[in-house]
Amino acid sequence: MTRGVAITGMGIISSIGNSVEESYISLIENKIGVSEIQNISTIHANVIKVGEIKKTNEELIEELHLDETNNFSRTAMIGALAAKQAVKNAGITSINEFRTGLISATSVGGMDMTEKHYYDYFEHPELVKYITCHDGGDVADKIAEELGLKGMVTTISTACSSAANSIMLGARLIKSGKLDRVIVGGTDALAKFTINGFKTLMILSDNYNKPFDNTRKGLNLGEAAAFLVLESDELVAKQNKKVLARVSGYGNANDAYHQTASSENGDGAYLAMKKAFEVSGLKPSDIDYINVHGTATPNNDLSEGRALLRIFQDEKVPDFSSTKPFTGHTLAAAAAIEAVFSVLAIQNGVVYPNLNFEQPMEEFDLQPQTSLKNKTIEHVLSNSFGFGGNCSTLIFSKS
Amino acid sequence: MEALKQELKEKIVTTLNLEDIAIEDIADNDPLFGDGLGLDSIDALELIVILDKDYGIKLVDPKEGKSIFQSIETMAAYIEANRTK
Amino acid sequence: MTKKTYINGVGCISTQKTFDTVFLEEAVVNENENVLKIVSPAYKDYIAPAASRRMAKGVKNGIVAAALAVKDAGVENVDAIITGTGLGCIEDSEKFLTAILDNNEEFLTPTSFIQSTHNTVAAQIALTMQCKGYNFTYVNGAVSFESALLDAKMQIEDNEANSILIGGVDENGAYTTALFKLSGRIKQDNQEPYHLLNATTNGAVYGEGASFFVLENEKKETTYAQVLDIEMINTLEVNEVENKIISFLKANNLEISDVDAIVLGFDGNAAFEKYYSELAQNAFAATTQLYYKHLCGEFDTASAFGLWMASKIIKTQDVPEITRVNSVTKPAYNTILLYNQLNGKNHSFTLLSK
Repeated sequence: MTRGVAITGMGIISSIGNSVEESYISLIENKIGVSEIQNISTIHANVIKVGEIKKTNEELIEELHLDETNNFSRTAMIGALAAKQAVKNAGITSINEFRTGLISATSVGGMDMTEKHYYDYFEHPELVKYITCHDGGDVADKIAEELGLKGMVTTISTACSSAANSIMLGARLIKSGKLDRVIVGGTDALAKFTINGFKTLMILSDNYNKPFDNTRKGLNLGEAAAFLVLESDELVAKQNKKVLARVSGYGNANDAYHQTASSENGDGAYLAMKKAFEVSGLKPSDIDYINVHGTATPNNDLSEGRALLRIFQDEKVPDFSSTKPFTGHTLAAAAAIEAVFSVLAIQNGVVYPNLNFEQPMEEFDLQPQTSLKNKTIEHVLSNSFGFGGNCSTLIFSKS
Repeated sequence: MEALKQELKEKIVTTLNLEDIAIEDIADNDPLFGDGLGLDSIDALELIVILDKDYGIKLVDPKEGKSIFQSIETMAAYIEANRTK
Repeated sequence: MTKKTYINGVGCISTQKTFDTVFLEEAVVNENENVLKIVSPAYKDYIAPAASRRMAKGVKNGIVAAALAVKDAGVENVDAIITGTGLGCIEDSEKFLTAILDNNEEFLTPTSFIQSTHNTVAAQIALTMQCKGYNFTYVNGAVSFESALLDAKMQIEDNEANSILIGGVDENGAYTTALFKLSGRIKQDNQEPYHLLNATTNGAVYGEGASFFVLENEKKETTYAQVLDIEMINTLEVNEVENKIISFLKANNLEISDVDAIVLGFDGNAAFEKYYSELAQNAFAATTQLYYKHLCGEFDTASAFGLWMASKIIKTQDVPEITRVNSVTKPAYNTILLYNQLNGKNHSFTLLSK
């Protein structure tokens, strides 16, 4: 069994908290972040619920001490806040001292600015600075600037699995010796574009999302950002760093079934989990907790459930829960915030409740953990799937 | 009813970009999905928007579409009975 | 042992006729336009109408370029598909956003939303090829494609895959193009002729395209070149580039004099031309200097066109006159270095050898 890549720092901002500590308290005290939308004016305001960070852009600008010439999108601002927390948490003071990279993830990047100013650019020269926000790489560029990081910077965009892939790439860059440390994660702010996109697919719930429940009606969107610092063992030893947990397995596969829907038997999800087990050298029975993708759409939960039953074969599927009833589905950031939750589960020995669950699905006999449970956790498996058949699995292990 | 059926055929071909299908080749009872016209779940969502935009019918659950969109015949009948514009 | 990475197949759809041709013999430099349009292949030869009816321009170009690369390499399947794109299928993004704003969020359909998702090209290639392997999409300005190249190279070196399809794809969208003119990213209208070398105005001449490559761990008859190394750096000052190149070459046991040709990303933007001209006038004055953005235009993944060109040069040993910056010639073109950046950010260094 390989040891995996060390995680030495974490930062997070979502609708359930502005820090790692706040998020953890919300998770164990059932404080949910899904609510009515405030920061975006949309005709769907009364029929959707969202996991919104209750801070205005002005408040975020202030928090980051940005001057008035700044052209940060909301996605870049929450990303910068989370990345700065992670770097601080890892005790990094000189960011370019070692070969350090930044791998970000986002689905729509600075779309929040594009949609706000789209028709105004030609009349308002002072808004022109926001045009560049539309670039997929703009968010990572801004975060790198805020961190003072000059080295390798890239962004992954594979819809709702994006951040899982940035964590995976970061781990691979360290394993292959290309970099000494990598800041990995993802960020996505709520946007009208996304809200309406999911609305057209008719997979938004008009109520609180109910993952793995027979009567689930769809997802709640959310916004969040989370970043983790991964470091090589050499660097950890050299600096005597505290290791929070390790990324021990990862797997990526494509369902190659449909542009937006998952296959009936969850082929892609099954393959992603299978690869993650191969990389980690772990067996399914080693897993103590699964943080499922569990978006609460009829299609995802059925497909993911079937994939779980396939990978665990005759064994009992371990305790599992979706944390999306707390945060909403935060798209490209989802896997990053759930990575932070997974590390916290290992550190504190807890399985979070899958809120809003009432009735098992008729298709199979799978029941998520519905109340907070304390137990020793060595290994957590976390799934993230996205449009385009993108399926990713990460395994986190106790250091 | 005949006019509505013709209108629906034209709408389906243009909205769904069915370039290689001639309107006269679509029979009223041909299945729209699967073996017939070969439409898929994304097309179903497009059809739901046609109902809303052109006939003032709002579907909340995409599953309702299944019986409505069986064929041009069933679609036209549903629109006749439920249209608000 | 670490496996080596070879480019074994290429496919290119660009603003030149780069399909059904030998190598840029029909290329035309258009100095009268600030936005160049793609020369479209016969999509119907590659994609069934039923499948293409919802596809964005970028998706279609990506699928055709991918099909050309796969055929060129003589492979049936690949183990992974990795793409890079700066803006994704921007026409559909524009379409969906315009519909939201113009109809006050009513009567929206999902098709353009789905096509606007950045990973849609890689996903639809996977769907077309039924490839269930690793599937990634990078979206980071001018290093979007290089990120895909680095990822693929790592997988081949670490023995995680034997053959990987990579590509860079971007398309022009009318409204975004207008916005880029407004922001100065694209050169202003009515300033033609637009010369890319010794530029006197800011902004670039824009283009679009899709360039795909099959990378494999074995040298074979179809091999174009070996990818020796690739490195990306977010921020560099003009005066830091030369030293960076020296250390990059040194890591591969090479010196500047070992480089037969350097491919530079000149895009006509006077504001950032120094990044290239300093190298051209000094460190690489005695090296064959080539450029390509006068042929394909500037866009986030234009550098994939540069890699296509460099691969062809190594394989054919033919350097089209139209690509030359200086008149230095070499007896053979066995080692080529590519350097690209966009607006002073997202620098990439790619090293190819025979």
